[in-house]
Amino acid sequence: MVPLNHFLILSAVLFAIGTAGVFLRRNLITMLLSVEIMLNAVNLTFVAVGRYLGTVDGQIIVFFVMTVAAAEAAVGLALVIALFRHRETLNPDAFTALKW
Amino acid sequence: MEVFAFYAFALIAVVASVLVVGQRNPMYSVMLLITSFGALAGLYVLLDAPFTAVTQIIIYAGAIMVLFLFVVMLLNVPREEPAGLAAAIGPRSLKVGAVLSVLLGVEIVWALSRVGLAWFAQDPAATSVSSVALIGTALFTRHVFAFEATSILILVAMIGAVVVARKER
Repeated sequence: MVPLNHFLILSAVLFAIGTAGVFLRRNLITMLLSVEIMLNAVNLTFVAVGRYLGTVDGQIIVFFVMTVAAAEAAVGLALVIALFRHRETLNPDAFTALKW
Repeated sequence: MEVFAFYAFALIAVVASVLVVGQRNPMYSVMLLITSFGALAGLYVLLDAPFTAVTQIIIYAGAIMVLFLFVVMLLNVPREEPAGLAAAIGPRSLKVGAVLSVLLGVEIVWALSRVGLAWFAQDPAATSVSSVALIGTALFTRHVFAFEATSILILVAMIGAVVVARKER
């Protein structure tokens, strides 16, 4: 059996990769994808810790996280489409005004 | 065998995630992210969580990623500005951002490696809970309020997406 630490460190690495994506990329869609990487890193932590505690609560929280991720993706992508319609670009630096 | 599978899946997940961030074409990014989610589903199987593994494939790889793919194809912007990452945000911010991200990773790894493992099962095989029936029972008894609240959340997200994305006249 793989020790719990290995899973935790893997999820930490994935979370850092997701953070790097949000900070470094200049494309709204890739930034949303990076947020999904971060959500999945946290999901892995929940499942691993739940497994090693011998409870199903970790998996139930992952179930809810997935639901929230689906809602987030739907609203986020709708926003991306609306923004793209106004500016014809996905570069977040183009969207500096709250109103136009 | 199990350790080998863990390292194989972990390697696939990390490499695919790095490539998602490094890719300039969002289409490839979405495909690589699906690969990464597949590897995570394998890890869930290793963790005795078949229900979560199947949900990961069906909901994440199947539904959410297809939504992303749909938007990437709809907007038809294959790549970022040709000037490139360094030119777009400046080499200095790039360096600072990379250093900060690596620092965050090191910090979390350090914190997690100090987690006290005393209260976790030393022999996980003894506490195996992989039954889908157990998950269903817990979901519809102890967590039933959260479950019902989720339906409101989905409804709000659905209406919100339609309102935000509709064409204004």
